[in-house]
Amino acid sequence: MAAGAALIAFDKVWKSYGQGEAKVHALAGVDLAIRRGEFVAIMGPSGSGKSTAMNIIGCLDTPTAGTYSFMGVDAGRLDRNRRAMLRNLYVGFVFQGYNLLARTTAAENVELPLIYRGVAARERRDLAMQALAEVGLVGREHHTPAELSGGQQQRVAIARAIVTRPTLLVADEPTGNLDTARTHEIMELLTRLNRELGLTIAMVTHEADVAEYAERTIRFLDGHVASDTMSMETA
Amino acid sequence: MIWETVRLSLRSIRRNVLRSFLTLLGIVIGVAAVIAMLTIGSGTTQKVKADISKLGSNLLVVRAGRPAGPGGPGGLDQVVRPLAEKDLAALAAHLTGARAISPASQKQLRVIFGTESLTSGVTGTDSAYLDARDWKLVSGRPFSDSETRSGTGVCLIGETVRQQFFGAGDPEGEIIRVNRTSCKIIGLLEPKGYTGFGQDQDNVVLMPLHAFQRRIAGNRDIDNIYIAADDRTPTSELQPRVEDILRDARRITPDRESDFAIRDMTQIADAMASATTTMTGMLGAVAGVSLLVGGIGIMNIMLVSVTERTREIGIRLAIGAHEKHILIQFLVEATVLSLLGGIIGILIGLALAGLASMTLTIPFAPSPAVILLAVGFSALIGMVFGFFPALRGARLDPIDALRHE
Repeated sequence: MAAGAALIAFDKVWKSYGQGEAKVHALAGVDLAIRRGEFVAIMGPSGSGKSTAMNIIGCLDTPTAGTYSFMGVDAGRLDRNRRAMLRNLYVGFVFQGYNLLARTTAAENVELPLIYRGVAARERRDLAMQALAEVGLVGREHHTPAELSGGQQQRVAIARAIVTRPTLLVADEPTGNLDTARTHEIMELLTRLNRELGLTIAMVTHEADVAEYAERTIRFLDGHVASDTMSMETA
Repeated sequence: MIWETVRLSLRSIRRNVLRSFLTLLGIVIGVAAVIAMLTIGSGTTQKVKADISKLGSNLLVVRAGRPAGPGGPGGLDQVVRPLAEKDLAALAAHLTGARAISPASQKQLRVIFGTESLTSGVTGTDSAYLDARDWKLVSGRPFSDSETRSGTGVCLIGETVRQQFFGAGDPEGEIIRVNRTSCKIIGLLEPKGYTGFGQDQDNVVLMPLHAFQRRIAGNRDIDNIYIAADDRTPTSELQPRVEDILRDARRITPDRESDFAIRDMTQIADAMASATTTMTGMLGAVAGVSLLVGGIGIMNIMLVSVTERTREIGIRLAIGAHEKHILIQFLVEATVLSLLGGIIGILIGLALAGLASMTLTIPFAPSPAVILLAVGFSALIGMVFGFFPALRGARLDPIDALRHE
């Protein structure tokens, strides 16, 4: 992994909504770079622009002005389907509300991104089982989300995110719905994936103790990066 | 990928059994109506064709009076000159390509045996009549030539007449009264059943023409001449020959119209069949409108389904589904739904048609082409009416869709 090679680079990124007087700038000229293999926590009060930044990082959204490059590609200028392809190949998503398909087994949920990649059924099954094993869910493969606890559901979501062996994991308040013990477990899992697979993780959180698991914390305020600090633990 | 999508759609249909069923209902009713209509219709057409060919295939019927036209058969402006023995004689002498030529005069008359009576179609004719009409005897014998010539009081009866008077018994040799004359039964006609118009073809009495003319009609007129074409001659070829011979025999000058009409039973059969076909088509089209309504039902439910599953669409888009994947998913779901409705509709339609064919005693005539068309059409309806909702789903913004509650 080439040190210093920026996986994610914001160059004077603006994101604006509305017209004229009512125009609101969610991001106002943000410069930011995240290298491969980093584990970054993104914090800030609501309305600070952190969610908008995350959507752009995950190639779900595009900047109004400025350049967002992802793996050296000008991802902000790509159309919907190209960005969908980028997400499918290189990005995994973990959400606060897990966002698993209801009435669909854990294994089938984990297989989903592989379907859109055109992987054959048998290989899909094998990869899904492997991913579920990595998140510690052996024996739960055929349970539906309703039959799993919150922590287990989030593990399934993480398995779905890593089954494609992505370069980047985008996690949006991954522990927001979990109790302290479960939070600790999920954060341990993410840390392990970051260390063992070299997975770059960008995680939005508003809890300082969750942010402490990351090696770097970026704080947003009013559409700007207010602070960008390396954590004591890893420094 | 497609198989995956079909499985997915089947699962989502199964998840909402009641809703899916109600959605299907429109398509089911539409397809069932179309299939039932067309199947019953083509059965009726077959029945009508068969009935008319029972009247005698390759048969020309000559009748006195001008051909049908304004003013109706016979016209209003002239006294009808009946057909006569000499017309028959001319045909017998000059017509080629005919298998049988036979005169017939008919009347509805009261027929009496003992204390029983029955109103029957009584026909005065000759021994060639059975051949011309393609009728057969179950027992007994036809009139002899001498009986025809001398007008002996003998007769052949149909099955209905026999049952009325003799039950299952043997009618031969019994004497029945027709009008005020009596005749001896010498044979029994083969049963032919009812025509499609509800006419009993077995309620008939045949007697020699001369006997009918002298004892019943009181004149020497002939109502009809039946001419059956032989196997090598189409009726369309025979008809002008008959016309020429009769014009000659009846001394009609070239500047005047014929005062007789020649009906071609084959043509009538075709006309009747095409009339029922048209009718069937129209009924089918009306039924087709309900298919359209069914399609709108599909569109409605697919819109609900897309809205309900906005979050699912968001997840799929986020993890890398293209617009086309979402579009195909919902299109396939709509198509599978409507195809399912189509198949159920076909089964119900065929069952209805089968029931109808039993009660109406018409042939059960399911057409593979119509069934195939119904399958294709219901799939098409799913695709057409599913397209707009599917497109709406595919065009969703993943960020908004993920935020949707």
